[in-house]
Amino acid sequence: MLSHRVIPCLLLSGGGLVKTLKFANPKYVGDPINAVRIFNEKEVDELMVLDIDASKEGRGPDFAMAEELADECFMPLCYGGGIRNAEDARTLFSLGVEKVCIQSAALRNPGLVREIADRAGEQAVMVSVDVKRNWLGKPKLFNAAGVDPGQGDWQGAIRRAVEMGAGEILLNAVDKDGTRSGPDLDLVREASAIAGVPLVATGGIGSLADIRAATDAGASAVAVGAFFVFQGPHRAVLITYPRYEELRELWSRTE
Amino acid sequence: MTDITIIDCGIGNINSVKRMFEAVEGEAEILKGPSGLDGAKRVVLPGVGAFDAGMDALAEGGWIEPLNRLAADGGTPILGICLGMQLLCRRSEEGVKPGLGWIGADVIRIDTGGDVRLKVPHMGWSVTRPARANPLLPEGDEEQRFYYVHKYRAVCDDPADVLATATYGLDFTSAVSRGTVYGVQFHPEKSHKFGKALMRRFLELPC
Repeated sequence: MLSHRVIPCLLLSGGGLVKTLKFANPKYVGDPINAVRIFNEKEVDELMVLDIDASKEGRGPDFAMAEELADECFMPLCYGGGIRNAEDARTLFSLGVEKVCIQSAALRNPGLVREIADRAGEQAVMVSVDVKRNWLGKPKLFNAAGVDPGQGDWQGAIRRAVEMGAGEILLNAVDKDGTRSGPDLDLVREASAIAGVPLVATGGIGSLADIRAATDAGASAVAVGAFFVFQGPHRAVLITYPRYEELRELWSRTE
Repeated sequence: MTDITIIDCGIGNINSVKRMFEAVEGEAEILKGPSGLDGAKRVVLPGVGAFDAGMDALAEGGWIEPLNRLAADGGTPILGICLGMQLLCRRSEEGVKPGLGWIGADVIRIDTGGDVRLKVPHMGWSVTRPARANPLLPEGDEEQRFYYVHKYRAVCDDPADVLATATYGLDFTSAVSRGTVYGVQFHPEKSHKFGKALMRRFLELPC
């Protein structure tokens, strides 16, 4: 039975679509609207678009872009980046976005998750928890926009987000980002045991087998970046998505 | 009068619904107050969020009485989506407010049959099977999939009101209908070609 979502995750930077490597070295991938149109034609399960500049630059969401994206999506769309308050979220919902993904604002003000969830429902709020391993290999909470993540207690961050009403947790393995070297399965296992709500695992996916491994480790869904936009070792841009039959076959196999 | 009238009482992502009807060449308008219900050809009630909040929003906007009249007339197709479907039922475990009660059904929490890997809410695509011949979902071998986001499900008194079922650990009722009143637990407006096909069929219902 196929019930795991496979979600292309697209990053916006400087008005274009990029893909990062370990949260750095953004490489230009193409025009966002064009990419979304292709993913729509490929009938992807869901789509996630994250503006990686907004929080760093201290600005709000790009509403015009969000609306243009929503116009092209006949599947659920999650938008993240620069959401500072409940009003930003409400505007995004009114433009046709189903879910918002928040991170920096949730670290600064955990009450914001509750505020959005009370108005739009918990299913509409995804909280991104970025985790980076230190030199000892110990996982620590990470924030790319420079918000102090406090004690770096990533498990606590997941528990708090769920308590505050997050409908989903996006678990981002920073060291794996863009590497296509396989997901951090220990992290996925531990996070899914804590979460209680659907966990979307991302970072390191490089094959269909990696997607299956992440769901076997407890992820409800898998978000995929580089694997769906790059081809080959030289990272040539090519937008792909597995056929429905391939995904069905992937989960019908027994371990 | 447009083909489709979408109720906006502040509880749903109405723009996605409008966009989907327009994608199948339907003319859809968003209605912010119940006075425009007179003469509506086909009515859609989208909704997300909590049951009581949904009923409160309908009550505060003055929608309930005119909607009851429309449903009782039986000449206007009405489609509830997600929470909108649950509001057509009698009551919900999620709240204390009575529902519209047009469908003899109670709404209860999802039971995944003890499968701990299945998280609640049920969020994702599920194969949806028509339970009988009906105007919205064709019968036959072709698989139909829809996008779901829900924690609760409807249980009908009369099995004849069940229009479709899906499985999440256990089978559950995923669409209902009685007379001209239809309800779908899933989101056709976010379900690619399957959603478009359903919207097109609703658009073709006689009114």
